[in-house]
Amino acid sequence: MKNNIKYLAVLALGLFACEPEFDNPIDESGTYTSGSADFSTFVAVGNSLTAGFMDGTVFRSGQQNSFPNIMAQQFEFAGGGTFTQPSYDDDVNDAGGFLLGGVPLPGFDTRLVIDASEGGPENLNVTPTMEVSNLQATAYNNMGVPGAKSFHLGAPGYGNIANLAIGAANPYYVRHATEPNATVIGDAVSLNPTFFTLWIGNNDILSYATSGGVGVDQTGNPNVLSYGFNDITDPGVFAFTYQGLVDALTANGAKGIVATLPDVTSIPYFTTVPYNPIPMDAATAAFVNNGYASYNGGLQFAAGNGLITAEEAAQRTISFSAGQNAVVIVDEDLTDLTGFGIPSYRQATIDDLLVLPSSGIIGEEVNNDPTQINGVSVPLANNWVLTATEIQTVRDARTAYNNAIVSIATANDLAVIDMAAVLEELVSGLRTADGQIYTNNYFDGSSDALSTAVFSLDGVHPNARGYAIIADQFIQIINEKYGANVPRVTAGYYPGVTVVPSN
Amino acid sequence: MKKLLLVLTIAFSASVMYAGGYRVGVQGHKQLAMGHTGVAVVTSAESAFFNPAGLVYLDGELNVSLGAAVVMSNTVYQNREFGYSSEADNPIGTPFYAYGSYKINDWLSAGLAVYTPYGSRVEWPTDWEGSHLVNEIELSAIFVQPTLAIKLSDKFSIGGGPIYVTGAVNFNRNLSRSLADEAGNRSNVTIDASGINAWGYSVGAMFRPTEDITLGFNYRSKIDMDVERGDGTADFENLPGALAGSFPDGDFTSSLPLPAELTFGAAFKPSEKWLVAFDYTRTFWDAYKSLDVQFFNAAGLSRNPRNYKNSSIYKIGAQYEATQKVIVRAGFYYDESPIRDGFFAPETPRPDSVNFTAGFSYNLNSKWAIDASVLYVHSNEVNNSYDSFVEAGQRLSFGGDYKSNALVAGIGVSYKL
Repeated sequence: MKNNIKYLAVLALGLFACEPEFDNPIDESGTYTSGSADFSTFVAVGNSLTAGFMDGTVFRSGQQNSFPNIMAQQFEFAGGGTFTQPSYDDDVNDAGGFLLGGVPLPGFDTRLVIDASEGGPENLNVTPTMEVSNLQATAYNNMGVPGAKSFHLGAPGYGNIANLAIGAANPYYVRHATEPNATVIGDAVSLNPTFFTLWIGNNDILSYATSGGVGVDQTGNPNVLSYGFNDITDPGVFAFTYQGLVDALTANGAKGIVATLPDVTSIPYFTTVPYNPIPMDAATAAFVNNGYASYNGGLQFAAGNGLITAEEAAQRTISFSAGQNAVVIVDEDLTDLTGFGIPSYRQATIDDLLVLPSSGIIGEEVNNDPTQINGVSVPLANNWVLTATEIQTVRDARTAYNNAIVSIATANDLAVIDMAAVLEELVSGLRTADGQIYTNNYFDGSSDALSTAVFSLDGVHPNARGYAIIADQFIQIINEKYGANVPRVTAGYYPGVTVVPSN
Repeated sequence: MKKLLLVLTIAFSASVMYAGGYRVGVQGHKQLAMGHTGVAVVTSAESAFFNPAGLVYLDGELNVSLGAAVVMSNTVYQNREFGYSSEADNPIGTPFYAYGSYKINDWLSAGLAVYTPYGSRVEWPTDWEGSHLVNEIELSAIFVQPTLAIKLSDKFSIGGGPIYVTGAVNFNRNLSRSLADEAGNRSNVTIDASGINAWGYSVGAMFRPTEDITLGFNYRSKIDMDVERGDGTADFENLPGALAGSFPDGDFTSSLPLPAELTFGAAFKPSEKWLVAFDYTRTFWDAYKSLDVQFFNAAGLSRNPRNYKNSSIYKIGAQYEATQKVIVRAGFYYDESPIRDGFFAPETPRPDSVNFTAGFSYNLNSKWAIDASVLYVHSNEVNNSYDSFVEAGQRLSFGGDYKSNALVAGIGVSYKL
């Protein structure tokens, strides 16, 4: 028996030796480094894209996959500290959306989901539980405020609940502004960041674009108080504002990364609905053409009298034929002939972009009248289409903003991530390290799209998987600029669209 | 007693592993202790496995060997680029064997062998980064082999018998890299089947040119473990409500080959108390082309290419009769991995390994002996990947550093009449 005991002792030694050890385990200190950066207090400043907004709102589980929160988890490998985000504990149904005084706040609906029984996106059919007036009065590491334009970040009162009624406050910021007259940038700087991300300016052009160019291009007008919600911010105002934000964030020597603005016309909100979505047979085409005969005749009259050029007459002439047909739209940039009883109609071309919500009305009857069809006999109003002219207006503003961003970042020796290039890559197919290819396609209902869609159902914002791609892109640039070694992110592990059986 | 301890210490310092893929080489403590050699060794009923032809040369009319072992294996994984690290905390495996041989007359012996040459238990943390490939797997197979051995002359014998296999599989993995139910629980499937039956055979030959030299040959056939409809269950869990109706639980079909193995070797006695053996084993792993599982719902056919290659095991072992009562053994073998680069799937994370074995027999009396052995399996760290997981039409790579080792320890008894 004695030798058996010895045997067991040797066995125990063997067991001890049984844990395999890597030659260079990654949990060894020094594997991951922050280089010349310091991630101990990381603050993210921006808009909805920073907040983790997706499917039309910020909801509890979605916020966990905001790109700065994903980055912060990777920063933990390289000296990163705690990263706090505004509390969504009160989002009981994980649905997003706001109540104000117990009543649902218009424009702040629950998140979009795919209703499998209907086949399309719908707001999740539950009542929001988050009350805007439950003030948290806390500065968080994630200072992304959905809806914020560049100049909002420094605007006192943007978080004052009393200003909600007059549209001068933002309910997202109201919930956590440290005091009624606090500013977003002031709250961010109060955390003494050692490292920051700044991605702002998207909304300075986006709302103009998503509204189909309904707003005004305010280039040359520095008075932001005169701006409407859908207007384009003056590039001079943008540059001045941006300089102030960067000055504030770098005041204590913090390093950081700023992001340029992608071409909003590449997002699914504009690329999903084709300009020619109307199938037609020859008989129907003839019938519809007959309806536009007097309009077309009027154009010839106008051209014959030199009111418009022959080219414009041709551009405006409406003609349907068998096959796929372009929708008829109202275009306010056409020569105004309404004085002659000739409306500003034309058919869309491949250079026009129809907004995502137009898919819900194109081809629908108006007032249950089978001869009144949206996009055919009833032209689509200005708000459903971003025309080629309006697209150029957006691009010009974006180019000016991006020039300001890059030059201010360069002057402050900050890293710059070219989000415009990232989105362009998505348009042609962005290949991640694991071999998957992601595109800017809207969720098409296929099982493949369950695994690969990176835009959320609002057509504007990424979903969790898309934010993971963004976090990975940010990390790559940070590693390069600051000589850091922060581990990368695999987007494929992050969730995509939510599909419910019924709603 | 002192001498015994000394011998034991030496035996253990000459350390020994198990084999590639899902092969578990623990088919007898006497032979395992000698580097799992044995095709040319005649010491006990363990020959029923190693070479049935040897049974006819055993001393005594009745030989019985029984034993079991515990397999403690660990695999660690890390991916430096993404900061992933995981450890497979594998449940203890318990291979066993039971061999009996009866000498009917001078030229004919009959035997029965029951053993467990294939098995695998790998348990990764649930929902780990490779969970779309495997969360956990348990494979087991029991071989039952009635055996006859015929002495053609004092120098030459043959033996063999049919093999009846009964096997079981339990395998869980997530359905994709991201799919989850409404509460965020990852969608997964468990396939479970037991009582899967199949037949094969083992044949061997032994040549003893002199008193001190033995040559042996053994071939064990490939056995396909086919799961037919109704044999097992496929249990789909945590599907989101909108998809649950397309993924009802049901049955599945699949096939897993237990590859053929060819071994030849030699043993010789340099002196009265010493025995040295060399074996070479070729395992025909190329039979393992793909682990395909056919489901009968929206999951359809799951194709998981393996493309294993044939591999070799080089073994050496020795035994020494230290005292009248104690025989000590030690051995070593080198086991090539059958896994090609780019096919390194975490459900059988077996790189090339070096294996150290040791053990002893203690003769209680002229009839009974206790046999014990240990095996230490060491693999170098490898950096490899599995590149054949398909998501949305794209082949994806999952890889990183893997390192594994295993310790096998077991005890058994031998009886000789």
